[in-house]
Amino acid sequence: MHVAIQAEVEKKKVLNENPRIVAFLCKWCAYAGADLAGVSRIQYPPNVVPIRVMCSGRIDTQFILQAFREGADGVLIGGCHPGDCHYVSGNYKTLRRVKMLKKLLPQLGINPERLRLEWINSSEGKKFAKCVSDFVNTLKKLPPMKEVLSDDDK
Amino acid sequence: MKRIGVFVCHCGYNIADTVDIEKVVEAISHYHDVVYCVDHKYMCSDPGQKLLQKAIMEKKLDGVVIAACSPSMHEETFRNASKEAGLNPYLCEVANIREQCSWVHKDKEVATEKAIKIVENTIEKVLRNEALFPVEVPIKKKCLVIGGGISGIQAALDVANSGFEVILVERNPSIGGHMAQLSETFPTLDCSQCILTPKMVAVSRHPNIKLYTYSEVIDVSGYVGNFHVKILKKPRYVDPDKCNLCGKCEEVCPQIVPNEFEEGMKPRKAIYIPFPQAVPATYTLDAEHCLGLVPLRCGKCKEVCDQDAIDYDMLPEVVEEDVGAIIVATGYELYPKEKIPEYGYGLIPDVIDSLQFERLASASGPTGGVIRRPSDGKIPKTVVFIQCVGSRDPENHLPYCSKICCMYTAKHALLFKHQVPDGQAFVFYIDIRAAGKGYEEFIQRVMEEDRVIYLRGKVSKVFQQGDKVMVWGVDTISGQKIEIAADLVVLAMAIVPNRTAPEIAKILKVQIDEHGFFKEAHPKLRPVESLTAGIFFAGAAQAPKDIPEAVAQASGAAIKAVSLLSSDKLYHEPLVATRDYELCSGCGICASVCPFNAVTITDEKKSKVNEALCEGCGTCVSACPTGAAQLRNLRDDQISEMIKAILRS
Repeated sequence: MHVAIQAEVEKKKVLNENPRIVAFLCKWCAYAGADLAGVSRIQYPPNVVPIRVMCSGRIDTQFILQAFREGADGVLIGGCHPGDCHYVSGNYKTLRRVKMLKKLLPQLGINPERLRLEWINSSEGKKFAKCVSDFVNTLKKLPPMKEVLSDDDK
Repeated sequence: MKRIGVFVCHCGYNIADTVDIEKVVEAISHYHDVVYCVDHKYMCSDPGQKLLQKAIMEKKLDGVVIAACSPSMHEETFRNASKEAGLNPYLCEVANIREQCSWVHKDKEVATEKAIKIVENTIEKVLRNEALFPVEVPIKKKCLVIGGGISGIQAALDVANSGFEVILVERNPSIGGHMAQLSETFPTLDCSQCILTPKMVAVSRHPNIKLYTYSEVIDVSGYVGNFHVKILKKPRYVDPDKCNLCGKCEEVCPQIVPNEFEEGMKPRKAIYIPFPQAVPATYTLDAEHCLGLVPLRCGKCKEVCDQDAIDYDMLPEVVEEDVGAIIVATGYELYPKEKIPEYGYGLIPDVIDSLQFERLASASGPTGGVIRRPSDGKIPKTVVFIQCVGSRDPENHLPYCSKICCMYTAKHALLFKHQVPDGQAFVFYIDIRAAGKGYEEFIQRVMEEDRVIYLRGKVSKVFQQGDKVMVWGVDTISGQKIEIAADLVVLAMAIVPNRTAPEIAKILKVQIDEHGFFKEAHPKLRPVESLTAGIFFAGAAQAPKDIPEAVAQASGAAIKAVSLLSSDKLYHEPLVATRDYELCSGCGICASVCPFNAVTITDEKKSKVNEALCEGCGTCVSACPTGAAQLRNLRDDQISEMIKAILRS
């Protein structure tokens, strides 16, 4: 489905009060950044549940697609800043995959805004909290993924 | 059926205030495969750990989840406790309900709900975890040092003195590197050769050091603890054991070529010894400049050799060695003069570079230590030193600071003033960087006691006028244009990596930075290690360095190598990538994305992971198109079940 049509379709639907986000966070940077948000007691919406991976390079596109299929309203990928990857270049691989997937998602009827890749280092607790808040706000403007999925079934 | 135990920590009020522990325990108790679920005030405390251990033993648990703080805090604690109770540590996982739940949310109901989700997805992971044991790798107790300058010498001596064998490979006929060329060293003015040559001799005599000079490393395969090295021994056509340095061969040799050691300021013959204190103490016949070995056209040297040391039929030889660790100390060279035409280097005979000045000032140099200018041999009265030639010039040349030029230029100016007290030395500089022990004091002494004139500014043009070298520049402090009629101009050329660095990097599969220096694993915390396990860096190969820093880094690299070689076996985290050979098509994508060169494609067209090299990032796993690649304890099926657990409503 074309992006514009997609947007139209989604506009008609009810908005999402409580979006659910699966976050894949790399152990060295983004997960540590999320930990820092906790240590600093920076509050953010509870809509996100993290999965810790060694490197953002571990995140297969099939996990992202599976998450959407299971009804995730958004998928957040947190990796090290370019040049900071603990494994040298895993984050660049992720960047490529995410860019490609973002082009394919509209064809599957999924708004590419539902997928977000963020570079968050271990000292960016604030940034992590802000990413989650922003992402939740974006997703609230989109219909629940479950309805998008049931539409497809019709 | 698995028997999973879940332990929910209150962390005092840290978790319990926001997360309803009772509700979590209640919900998790009914989760599939959970046979035991309990809460505790402080799981990390001694009683908490005892509770865990007791439950593992009594309830016969085969997997545990501790719902507590971040795994970066206490994963190790709980894994050790589990291990003590007889549970494989990789069957223990931590669910982070503090940093990423109780501390970041206020609403108790949603926080509790989220905590349950976090625990559930961790249970799904543990259910599919395998018991793992550290990967064991044997270690060859030998170290290869590439480069025989001061860094390589220091590293070789340190490793050899610790009782391990060292293979030291040097490309040139003698070890010693650039330090052997220097006159005196800043800031103490120690004679460079006097402090270096005893170390060179120590290397040659050390029972643990095998020295290969006039040799090059041409191939390295294998991995940490088990490198296989091929070394090309270039033929020197002189048997070092027979040569007694009588020098007769040199006298009769008709071929005269510039002497590299003297930076071209003195000739040498085609058969030569680089400098009198060379190690090994032997002549070398330079086949490139010899009149001809095949067929033999001259043969004069062999005729006069009493010792019968010369053998024109020597052939290149490849020797193979097995080593456990490698130290790279390939050093530096000066920025190519062709790239800086504006200062007339190479066109004006009295414009020289800093290494040439070192030779002029050296007692063993071409002028016997008397500073004379190359064009006519006169003792110069006015000398201009130009700093940052090529360095700190991002628009035209190199952006970085070469670090040692401020200090050696001050030393040059001082050596000149001590020889020619009525002469005048000028130094053009951008900033003076003298951050080292006794360095600032040295600069002050040069300025105040030796009356060297420092001009803050750049030189725009250098040109010949009569027998003078005219230097046009600007003094940015007084704002005046400066014109100096100099007798000699010395350029403090930027330092660049040795020309062999890219080739060595390719052979070793280690990274170099944008300027060609070897790239350390971490700029702050791992400055002597490469990203490839078992390969270390020393000296100016990694970045411009002065002698004390190079020596310190060499000793640092040596201790890293020694600590690796000291163990009988190497233990490696078992959380590495695996392959299912049934599924593998041998496409090689995994090998191309691996940053650690841990993946190879076998002759049978199957991908193979070297567990000793794999760091477990999992990049190959997500790149694999067939699912043959997996990551231990973070397999596709595990992540898939974790996603399901999170999204189950």
